[in-house]
Amino acid sequence: MTKRDYSLLGDDARRAVDSGLAAAEWYHTDVPRKTMKALMTRSDQPAIRDTIILFGAMIALAGIGIALWPSWWSAPFWLAYGTLYGSAMDSRWHECSHGTAFKTRWMNDALYQIASFCMMRNATTWRWSHARHHSETYIVGRDPEIAVMRPPAFIKLVLNFVGVFDVAAALPRMVYNAFVGVHPEEKTFIPETEWPKVVRTARIYVAIYAATIGLAAWLGSLLPLMVIGLPRLYGAWHHVMTGLLQHGGLADNVVDHRLNSRTVIMNPISRFIYWNMNYHVEHHMFPMVPYHALPQLHETIKHDLPAANRSIAEAFAEMWPALVRQLRYEDFFIKRVLPDTAKPYREDFHAALAAE
Amino acid sequence: MPWIDACATDDIETEDLIRFDHAGRTFAIYRSPEDTFFCTDGLCTHEHVHLEDGLVQDFEIECPKHNATFDYRTGEALRAPACVNLKTYKTRVENGRVQIDI
Ligand code: FES
Repeated sequence: MTKRDYSLLGDDARRAVDSGLAAAEWYHTDVPRKTMKALMTRSDQPAIRDTIILFGAMIALAGIGIALWPSWWSAPFWLAYGTLYGSAMDSRWHECSHGTAFKTRWMNDALYQIASFCMMRNATTWRWSHARHHSETYIVGRDPEIAVMRPPAFIKLVLNFVGVFDVAAALPRMVYNAFVGVHPEEKTFIPETEWPKVVRTARIYVAIYAATIGLAAWLGSLLPLMVIGLPRLYGAWHHVMTGLLQHGGLADNVVDHRLNSRTVIMNPISRFIYWNMNYHVEHHMFPMVPYHALPQLHETIKHDLPAANRSIAEAFAEMWPALVRQLRYEDFFIKRVLPDTAKPYREDFHAALAAE
Repeated sequence: MPWIDACATDDIETEDLIRFDHAGRTFAIYRSPEDTFFCTDGLCTHEHVHLEDGLVQDFEIECPKHNATFDYRTGEALRAPACVNLKTYKTRVENGRVQIDI
């Protein structure tokens, strides 16, 4: 068993490049071009509807929260508001980073900027890091977005349900970017021409947080921070819960998303918050398909995929014991069974890579 | 360079593209919504994925890997993660055939 080195500048990173894994061709289910074109077609209407619902709900919930503040009766409203801020914004950030949410580019970009700010992610940096996550999903040393590293750090996992580690990493990085510049690790995946944008974005974020903290101090009340900033903590739980399921307990260092990603059938509220990213194998295999077409894509290719988990609870029941096992056996992963109608995994290729 | 015969006009649907390989190089040939034809290098300038599985919308091609977008008439990179423009080539239609000048 070899120890994994998740650093983008470390040994595993070098090995992934040397073995050809970093540049490998990923598996795709065959879908006729005509069908795929129809699935990829963009439209503004579903995302405009969802964005109106999202912002409408956020304004209403925060309004009630403020009206009832500081009574405990405001708590459920903050929790709901926070979940939209600290979790729904994660999926908006994600979909807009692909440019697939809307047909109209400026709408995508506007929502992307707002969502990036809410999630405390530098809008420029993360666009690039997410591109890397797609090129090299769960390839150790190459993917900067591995949520569960092996062996899993359980304390970190659990505390991140309230965003603690994310925010503890995001804030110093924001300040570093604003006052020092682009971090060396970020330089491995952000082209130099974009560095000034990273710094500018960080400065804008710092200014907004400083103003919010200033207002809170001036009012002598937490209230401004309940609206901006803190919901990234108290509302993070849903995106962490769904995010863990994306790849948790599955294979790493493979070039087939059926082996390293998980599709979970979810309830409609979670699907709204998560913007259909529960169809995660489908999304990774075909990132050009917009979120609203993913259920249809799922129907189109499910004959070639392992069966989806039928609920969040069922998926956790599958994943959690695997994570626990990885504490002792870092190389353990769940290998999901393909239906008879599917093309088999390319065992020979993966075995050869593993032997490198 | 002489004009190279690439495909029949009917080989490409309106608002779509096909791949064309020639002499060890690979190209993308587009048919616009106005039924005019364009040609660019076949590989995205970001991580060299072929654009053939990409999406043509109006006069833009979106890369299937990370959704970088280019104007296929000029090759201009419009959206991250691509920063480098695509090379473009002249096209013409002769007797129902698309020819490219590489
Ligand atoms: S390879 Fe085309 S956008 Fe990355």
